[in-house]
Amino acid sequence: MTQLPTHTEKKLGLVIDLDTCVGCHACVVSCKGWNTENYGAPLSDQDPYGADPTGTFLNRVHSYEVQPDQGVAQLIHFPKSCLHCDDAPCVTVCPTGASYKRVEDGIVLVNESDCIGCGLCAWACPYGAREMDADQGVMKKCTLCVDRIYNENLPEEDRQPACVRTCPSNARHFGDLADSESDVSKLVAERGGIDLMPEQGTKPVNKYLPPRPKDTWDQIDILAPLLDPVAEEPKGFLGWLDKTLEKL
Amino acid sequence: MHPAPSIILFTVLSGLGFGLLFWLGLGFPPVTGFSAFAFFTIAYLLAIGGLISSTFHLGNPQRALKAFTQWQTSWLSREAWLSVFALTFMGLYAIGAVFFATRIAPLGWIGSALALATVYATSMIYGQLKTVPRWNHPTTPALFLLLSVSGGALLAGQVTYAIGLLALSGVLQAVVWYLGDQRFAERGTTMETATGLGNIGQVTAFEPPHTGTNYLLKEMVHVVGRKHSRKLRIISLALMVVLPVLLLLLPFSHALAAVAVLSHLAGVLASRWLFFAEAEHVVGLYYGIR
Ligand code: SF4
Ligand code: SF4
Repeated sequence: MTQLPTHTEKKLGLVIDLDTCVGCHACVVSCKGWNTENYGAPLSDQDPYGADPTGTFLNRVHSYEVQPDQGVAQLIHFPKSCLHCDDAPCVTVCPTGASYKRVEDGIVLVNESDCIGCGLCAWACPYGAREMDADQGVMKKCTLCVDRIYNENLPEEDRQPACVRTCPSNARHFGDLADSESDVSKLVAERGGIDLMPEQGTKPVNKYLPPRPKDTWDQIDILAPLLDPVAEEPKGFLGWLDKTLEKL
Repeated sequence: MHPAPSIILFTVLSGLGFGLLFWLGLGFPPVTGFSAFAFFTIAYLLAIGGLISSTFHLGNPQRALKAFTQWQTSWLSREAWLSVFALTFMGLYAIGAVFFATRIAPLGWIGSALALATVYATSMIYGQLKTVPRWNHPTTPALFLLLSVSGGALLAGQVTYAIGLLALSGVLQAVVWYLGDQRFAERGTTMETATGLGNIGQVTAFEPPHTGTNYLLKEMVHVVGRKHSRKLRIISLALMVVLPVLLLLLPFSHALAAVAVLSHLAGVLASRWLFFAEAEHVVGLYYGIR
């Protein structure tokens, strides 16, 4: 059903730490791996070894340069997957009911056997979180690894989304954002987690933790006055070479 | 947005077809018998041809009937229902007119209203999308409706109405372009709000997530061909409005009317191409492109 639930019991989602993400794309690879081998249509590639490779991914890592008014630019790696919005516009536009938001945990899913591949839901998502699979003609999106998180065949520590389990720098956290006592909610409160494109009114469940403030440059200068000045004029052989070359 | 030929053809042809049905349902012209058969055939070919071409862009068209299920929230689903209702009512009305030389007026009125409602639903598929600020405005359905009714008047041979409505569409089209050019900035979605990094400083895209292209870029960040958009706007207006109106002002002849129809069709196709090609989806901001 494409009517959104008025309330979901849980709001399962991700908290992504832009301070610690190192941009290694490990989450991209593990996501592609898990979601190709498991639930639903595999994430196909077109012309994978050719001149013009493309493919379906549910998670992608952008990199941005941010230039503050003062000081040096910062490089920020920015993983992006479905934010499992509370007010998910992708769900309500779907003509077939293939797209839906689960009442029990708030996960936004696509029932692939109902999807006609009209692409309207991808148009409705502001974040580019949905990609049509070119091979199967059905819409693919992050499932929050619904086939891992409740999977009792997996060891306890593996019952989290593949991206979270994989991230080597602990930049991705998974939990219930409706529960203010959960680790993820505390993390969001502590670090001032934010919504992406709040003006779009999608009320995303996933939150992003902004990069911590960087050290400032003047700290580097504390010891500078105590240091011997570096020789400004070359001496010895280099000095001689310098002068000789100058004369030529 | 990617200007997919199947969608451009669908919206233009079915818009014209339902526009013609609108006039026929109201009894303009009050045709019966063979001429009614000719008019209704043209209208149905356009409307249904458009609907069929819209299925060409589906990934799994064999399941297209499922699109009837979600009319409570989805404009695409509503459009499916309304087009079926409109074609059914107009079909009954047409049977009366063609075979029994009787026009059952109330059937026609309902059919006309449903024809307009169908065009409205089509336009709202685009007009509802907050992610495409250029489309997300009441002028989107207004222009779709006006173009459909003007084109319909032209096809139905309603010269006086056609002249007035075409002129009005021309004005609205110009307003739509003028307002549309500013709306992305007005809505305030920027790379800073997209990334949430605006309070650190100015954000620029350093490296995209993938070396090649992908579905998102092909479908929603179509920037090819926009550089000629100014010229195309003028060509579109000339073909869609100016030339047909001039031809209609000349003493009536079937040949001139046919040229007016073809010119209008070409102009609307150009306008619809621009409607997609000029539309900027906010997701482009993640790539530093609009
Ligand atoms: S991020 Fe996009 S696909 Fe995911 S719920 Fe929100 S609107 Fe839908
Ligand atoms: S592509 Fe599939 S899931 Fe998306 S709106 Fe169309 S039918 Fe629904």
